[in-house]
Amino acid sequence: MDILTQQLINGLVLGSIYALVALGYTMVYGILELINFAHGEVTMFGAMICLAVIGALAGNGTGLDGGVIVLLGLLAAIAVCMVMGFLIERIAYRPLRRAPRLAALITAIGVSIVLQNLAMLIWGKQYITFPPLLPLVRYELGGAVITNLQIFIMVLSCLLMAGLLVLVKHTRLGRAMRATAQAQDIAGLMGINTHTIISVTFVIGAALAAVAGVMVSAYYGLAHYYMGFMLGLKAFTAAVLGGIGNIAGAMLGGLLLGVIESLGAGYIGALTGGFLGSHYQDVFAFFVLILVLIARPSGLLGERVVERA
Amino acid sequence: MIERWHRWKQDRRTAWAAYVALAVLLAALPFLTGAALGRGWVRILDFTLLYVMLALGLNIVVGYAGLLDLGYIAFYAVGAYMYALLASPHFNLHLPFWALLPLGAGLAGVFGILLGAPTLRLRGDYLAIVTLGFGEIIRIFLNNLNAPVNITNGPQGVNLIDPVSVGNFSFSQTHSLFGMSFPGIYTYYYLFLALALLVIFVSLRLQNSRIGRAWVAIREDEVAAEAMGINTRNIKLLAFAMGASFAGISGGLFAGFQGFISPESFNLFESIIVLCMIVLGGMGNIPGVILGAVLLTVFPEALRYLGELQNTLFGRILVDPSDLRMLIFGLALILIMIFRPAGLLPSVRRQREFGSDASVLAQEQASLYDTQR
Repeated sequence: MDILTQQLINGLVLGSIYALVALGYTMVYGILELINFAHGEVTMFGAMICLAVIGALAGNGTGLDGGVIVLLGLLAAIAVCMVMGFLIERIAYRPLRRAPRLAALITAIGVSIVLQNLAMLIWGKQYITFPPLLPLVRYELGGAVITNLQIFIMVLSCLLMAGLLVLVKHTRLGRAMRATAQAQDIAGLMGINTHTIISVTFVIGAALAAVAGVMVSAYYGLAHYYMGFMLGLKAFTAAVLGGIGNIAGAMLGGLLLGVIESLGAGYIGALTGGFLGSHYQDVFAFFVLILVLIARPSGLLGERVVERA
Repeated sequence: MIERWHRWKQDRRTAWAAYVALAVLLAALPFLTGAALGRGWVRILDFTLLYVMLALGLNIVVGYAGLLDLGYIAFYAVGAYMYALLASPHFNLHLPFWALLPLGAGLAGVFGILLGAPTLRLRGDYLAIVTLGFGEIIRIFLNNLNAPVNITNGPQGVNLIDPVSVGNFSFSQTHSLFGMSFPGIYTYYYLFLALALLVIFVSLRLQNSRIGRAWVAIREDEVAAEAMGINTRNIKLLAFAMGASFAGISGGLFAGFQGFISPESFNLFESIIVLCMIVLGGMGNIPGVILGAVLLTVFPEALRYLGELQNTLFGRILVDPSDLRMLIFGLALILIMIFRPAGLLPSVRRQREFGSDASVLAQEQASLYDTQR
């Protein structure tokens, strides 16, 4: 089996999930300059809700097809997460619109803690397994193996990202979003209801996060109340890597981070003569991030931040 | 009312009386706490003082210099591991405390510069994510440096660390003085109190020094600060190094006090909690930071009584209190920030920025468009 191809495939699958979550971070940051720490937790809720729906439907002998059950779970997760995204912005961030940015950061951390513990109270501390509802098909590809699930994840993320790009670049709503990101007050003067636009941004980000959460739990076959933390951290890293606030950057950063991680995990042992093992995978990701930011302080695709005169 | 308070504060005799009363209170606090709430709370008191030192260190980096650091706990870890490795059976080294503490502070300071130097060009949240990554890198290394050469003993951590002792006086043993007995947690309290006061003193002196004013200038406008002749590179590195060395000291104390450390004690959540302490209390304002540290250490511990509260209210325990604890903690963070966005005790400067003075507000609104990129 070709290890390089295999690691590349794994990396791209992981990376497309990172990219979906990173989009939520980058859209919110682009508009509010806020690190939405609760975003990883929204992803976790997506996974948990999907699994709860699947558990309720699959166990009762409803006779539904496995694919239909997963689809229903996914739709439920998206719906709940969209409501969550809206409520989080409304309750925790909107009152702080004119407050110092660190205050909003602390509420974001507070929301994240609350959601995590809420999930723990609802679903308990144990790992929840994703039932094998869909048949796993393996394909040979240049000496490596790719599953139908991996293909599905990559295709769906690509479609969603393309859809988002079209939405942002070519629709009225997208134009309003870009205007709000550039100058909120002036956008307001131009007749854009910036509060609505910000709410919409959170809702879109939360929907993408829900999809990503379901993907992660399906890919690893597991979900856990703590899973949002590391996933959110990685996705935020990806967003910064690509240049935070930049939508294409988040996609590039996500894919890149996934590939770097998986190549790093596969080759770090061989590179260092067995001194460092694959548990240094996370170090690798952060190390690359630091190196990239030293060379390009505003990320790969980020615009140079103009210094205030 | 406020007028009278200020006049009362300015009166030197009342000021002295207040200081004496505070000193007596601080000296008697462990005994009062021990008698009223039990030994466990004296231990929490000790931890509170450690967190006060830690928060004041981070206050230099974030509060004064405005550099958002999300990996601050790494320096705490450096100090703690420095102490643990050089004063435990792990390497069979038993260096004395007075040598280890400055060494830990120094090494943490060096790490501060190591982190600061490459990140000088980064701004705001880019800096935040790099410091976060740095903190994680340190933790992952501590977790994995047990093979092929065992340096940190990996996830098991370092055990049987020597207690803090000066000469033959060990802080962990019970001592008696004037017929009163001082168990280890009490003597540690006085040691930590002394060092916390030292840290407070240094912070206060720094605040209005040339360096302190340079930090504030950089925080407010780096370009203008540079134009005023401030060497922004050195001053920023100094902020990183000083903040880190405070954390190094408290880390060393933590290792000696606890007797056991493992990488788990130094995760990202700890960094975030210390940041919450200073933002919640009032960034850049020393009494505010102390208040934040005290609140965020004591409050989660007090929430452990939720079980008893449920028992008295409903007659049984409805929800496991340890599960409910962090939920309420998170809610409290959100509520405090929504109702006091500048912190509980904001510094005078921030108070003015947030004051309801209409003319200032109008001025700020007017200049908003000039400064927006």
